Order: sequence, then structure tokens, then C-alpha cells
Amino acid sequence: MKGILRIAYKLLVNDKGKFAALLVGITFAVFLITMMTSMFAGILKRSSSTVINIGASVWVMDPAVNTVASSIPMPDYVLDAVRSIDGVSFAVPLFSSGALAKLHNGTYQAVTILGLDDTSLFGRPELLEGKIEDIYAENGFLVGKDSEYEKLGSPRLGADFEINDHRAVIVGIAKVTSGGLFGIPTLYTTYNRAIQYLPTSRYTISYVLVEPKSPGAIPHIKEEVARLGYQALAKDEFIDKISRFYKFQTGLGINVMLMTVISFVVGLSISGQTFYTFILENLEKFGALKAIGAKGRELVYMILFQAGFAALIGYGIGIGLAAVVIAAAKLRLASYAAQITYYNLVFAFVMVIVIAGISSYIGVRKVIRIEPFDIFRG
Amino acid sequence: MGALALKAEGLVKWFGEGDARTFAVRDVTFEAYFGEMLYIEGPSGSGKTTLLSMISGILRPNSGRVSVASRDIWSMSSDELADFRLHTVGFVFQDYHLFPRLTTVENVALPLVLKKVEWDRAMDTAMGYLEIVGLKGRAHLPPVKLSGGEQQRVAIARAIASGPDMLIFDEPTASLDGDTGRKIVEFVKRDILTEKRCIIVVTHDSRIFEYADRIMKMADGKITGLEKGGAHEE
Repeated sequence: MKGILRIAYKLLVNDKGKFAALLVGITFAVFLITMMTSMFAGILKRSSSTVINIGASVWVMDPAVNTVASSIPMPDYVLDAVRSIDGVSFAVPLFSSGALAKLHNGTYQAVTILGLDDTSLFGRPELLEGKIEDIYAENGFLVGKDSEYEKLGSPRLGADFEINDHRAVIVGIAKVTSGGLFGIPTLYTTYNRAIQYLPTSRYTISYVLVEPKSPGAIPHIKEEVARLGYQALAKDEFIDKISRFYKFQTGLGINVMLMTVISFVVGLSISGQTFYTFILENLEKFGALKAIGAKGRELVYMILFQAGFAALIGYGIGIGLAAVVIAAAKLRLASYAAQITYYNLVFAFVMVIVIAGISSYIGVRKVIRIEPFDIFRG
Repeated sequence: MGALALKAEGLVKWFGEGDARTFAVRDVTFEAYFGEMLYIEGPSGSGKTTLLSMISGILRPNSGRVSVASRDIWSMSSDELADFRLHTVGFVFQDYHLFPRLTTVENVALPLVLKKVEWDRAMDTAMGYLEIVGLKGRAHLPPVKLSGGEQQRVAIARAIASGPDMLIFDEPTASLDGDTGRKIVEFVKRDILTEKRCIIVVTHDSRIFEYADRIMKMADGKITGLEKGGAHEE
């Protein structure tokens, strides 16, 4: 079998024009599919950036919450009630809100303010500059050094601005694991300072962050929180919930899916058409091979091998190209969201296999039907 | 003439059904022997190629049988038929049907590759056959770089590469000028035909009749005569 596949390989690769066209089609499809899905994956990741950056194991929230930014304040008793649930190691409040920072040049910049529990500072970011205890200093704020950092004028330690007529001083510059989705810088301060600086409703707790005594305690915590009329979600579940919201309730998912389908169809059209032409041009030769003594299944293996080989090479080039483009874009655009995940790779691989399958199916049908006698008839 | 190589009995082949039915071959019976060069000669449309296809396991007759080594080839399964074509029959097609994307030696090695001979050995063996047809120096060129006569010789090398008992030539001189055509057939007669091999040639080129041992004449799907060829007269 190796010999016949080697023949198939040579027939394919030595037809440089067709092989190049085939690779272009598949590469183009893989590139577009990967770019679209990577963009989507990046956007989804950024939509959950606060959840990732804070890093709490369990988040307690109002069941109507769809995204981190759209938190619904909860009364203080929820915090006390959660702390009293068996299996809870500790529970702390988190305040999350949007605000406008007035910069020295007089312009306003929207910011996200996260108020961390005053006692534990649970969810605090790793600092690149400054000391964490300075957050307790008067007007102390930390700023996340993400792609939006420049929008605050790239503040250094000691820089200040106004938030809701209050002075805010940068006392620490923090490392950010994941940048946000909406292009807004993130400031961290203490919970009490946050609710002091910003107008709030009657209730002030956006989320209760919970650390269970063990992962096995999470189901029980979720049940007990549900009894209170609230919802407890493990970190990954909350990220999934946010992702589902963006996928299915914002139009983002359907738009990306449509673009991905278009990429698939374009790739399939180019590759399918090229491969079909390749088979048609070689049909007589396949007939001659049959006449010489090749069995039908050997010809099928040849075609499957040719389609599979072109698909794998095209897949590799497409993924490589997408990776280079994304890396280059990230060098120039700090807020560029796209990221290639294993799911993207698997998805593109499945798509390319489907393209190869459909392309080779058309060829196989032709080759199976060719009778050796046809080549005598011309 | 040597031992019986092939026996065709009562072969009938028609195409189409009802009023559109056309008989291509009507009740043809003949025998071919090892060591002979048998020509099937007749005008275009006389059924030569159809007959050739039926005796080589390519086209199933509507009735009749083709026996090779006492076995009716049309009682074989499709895999057995493929094996029969691979091991017992060598084809030299009118248009050669060489693969332009493969080198000359790879073209010759095709039947060996199909016989699952290991690649390097297949190439070595194919090189030997190219030497027989005098094209060893052209082994690594693609067939399109060769002249018509050279391509014909590559097709012959490919046909004999699997060591077949029976060689089938379909209009071997049709694409060649008269001189080259004669040289090719002369070469086949001298160097390819052996006592253990039977060569059947379909042609209507009378210039090469002198190399035939026997000439079977066909018209309207029937055998209209069987003559001794030029080779016998000598």
C-alpha cells in the first residue's frame, strides 16, 4: 500500500499548479475559520476578564446577572448567610461598577472600579510597582496595566485624577491576566472606599466571593445559596454563563458563525472545484490504472490520501499563517483580542477534514464509475 | 506455435437495449498461442477493440467465455479479474496512457508497485526493463519530454514489467510515423515475444502485417478470415 500512496503523492505534488491551488483553497479556509473563531474566543475570554483576574472559586450573584459588568446589588445579609453555610472557608464582598475618571487634561475616561474586601483584599492583583498595603492609604487606587492603561495617561505611582469629585491616587500598578472587552481601564480599591466614592443603590454588594473548604463542598454551597434566592456559580460556570450570553443573546455568536460558515464554503468551493478538476484530468489515467490491474479500493485510497495530504498541509499552513497574523497584530494593537485555543484548532481541523471528505467524495464517485474499457473508447 | 494461451468461445457483446441495441461482437471464437504474434485486423467499428477488451478481462461479454489456463476469466470476482489483468496481461494502449507527473522509470514501475513490490526494488526492476527498450538514459525524465516512439517503448516496458503471459497492443502504430511504427513492432517481435508469451495486436495498419504470425480479420463484429501473417511466409 505504501507504494501506491507514494504514486498518489507524486501525482498530486508534481502537478504543481493544481496542488498550489488546492493548498491555497484549504489554507484560505483554515486561515479564515481560525481567525474568526480565534477572534470569538478572544472576545469571550475578555468578556470574563474580571472573573479570571479576581480568581475566586465560587461567585454568588443575583440569578439575573448575565455578565460581570451587569451585576445586580445584593443586601448585606446574603454575605452573612453565605458565610454561615457549611463548607465555606471564607466569603467576602466584591463591589464592581463603572465610573468616570476626570484626568488632568480635563477629559473624562470611563473606568471599571473593583472594590476589594477591606480586610482580606481577596482577589487583589499581582503588583508590578508599588506596595499592596498602600491601598489603605488615603485615596489609594491600583491600576491594571492592560491594553487600556494608556487611556488614563499611563499613570505612574503617585499620579492622581478625580473620580466623582473625589481624589484618587495611584499607589500600585498591577499585572492583569486578561484584558477587558470594552476598552475600559480597571482600577482596584477597597470595598468601603469604592462605595464611598461612587453612588450606589440601597444594596452595595455586587458579588460574594467564596472559597470553599474543598471542591466537594461546592454543590452544597450552591444548593444553600439557591435557597436564599441567589445563584452560586463555580468560576468556570460563571465564565460559561457569560460566554453563553454573548454567544446566544447578543448576535455575536450568530455573526461569527455565519462568517465561519462563509469561510468554510469559500474554502470548500475552491478546494472541491480544484480537486474535482484534478480528478477529471486524471480520470483516464485512473482508468488506465484499473486496466493495468489496480483494484477500485486502491484508487479510493489514492484519492483519500491525496485529499487528506493536501488538507493536512493546508491546515498546517493556515494555522501557521493565522498564528503569525495574530501575533503580529498583537504586537501593534495591544487590545487585539484574538487568541487561538485548542478548541479553535480542533474546530478548524474538523472543518478541513470535512472539506477533504467532500472533495474526495466527488472524486471517488467519478473514479469508481470509470470503466477501464472507457479508456479504449477515448 | 506453442501451447494454448487463450481460448475465446462464442463471444457476443452488444451495447444499448431494444431498438438501440447494436452488436459489436457476434459469436467470435478463436485461440491464441504462446510464442505467436496474433493480429486482429479490420476497419474502424469492426469490433476489434471490444474483442480485445473482453479477452483481457476489461469488458464483460454478454455471452461466451474466455479461458486462460483452463479457467474462464469471466467467472472470476472483480478482485480476481484485477489480479488477472495485473499478473497475466500487459497493455500497450493506443495513447500510451503514461502518467505525465511521474518519471519514465516510475511509469514503468507502476505494475510492480501495484504488485506490492518494495519501492526501491520496483525502481531497479523498472530500470532493467527500460534498458531492454533502450531508454535507460531517459529514466528520470517525464514522458512528455520523450518522442512518440520513445513513449511507445516506455509503454511496452510498463506492459512487460509485471511479467505477463499475454501482451495486448491496441493500434500500436496509430500515433507513430511509418518508419518508427515498423521499428517498434520489429523490436517487439524480436525482443519482447518469447515462447512463453503471446502477443495480440489490434491494428488496421497493413505496413506491419509482415511481423504477424497470424492475422485474424474482423468485420461487423465477426471473424471474416484467419490468415498466416508475413512472419510465417518468411
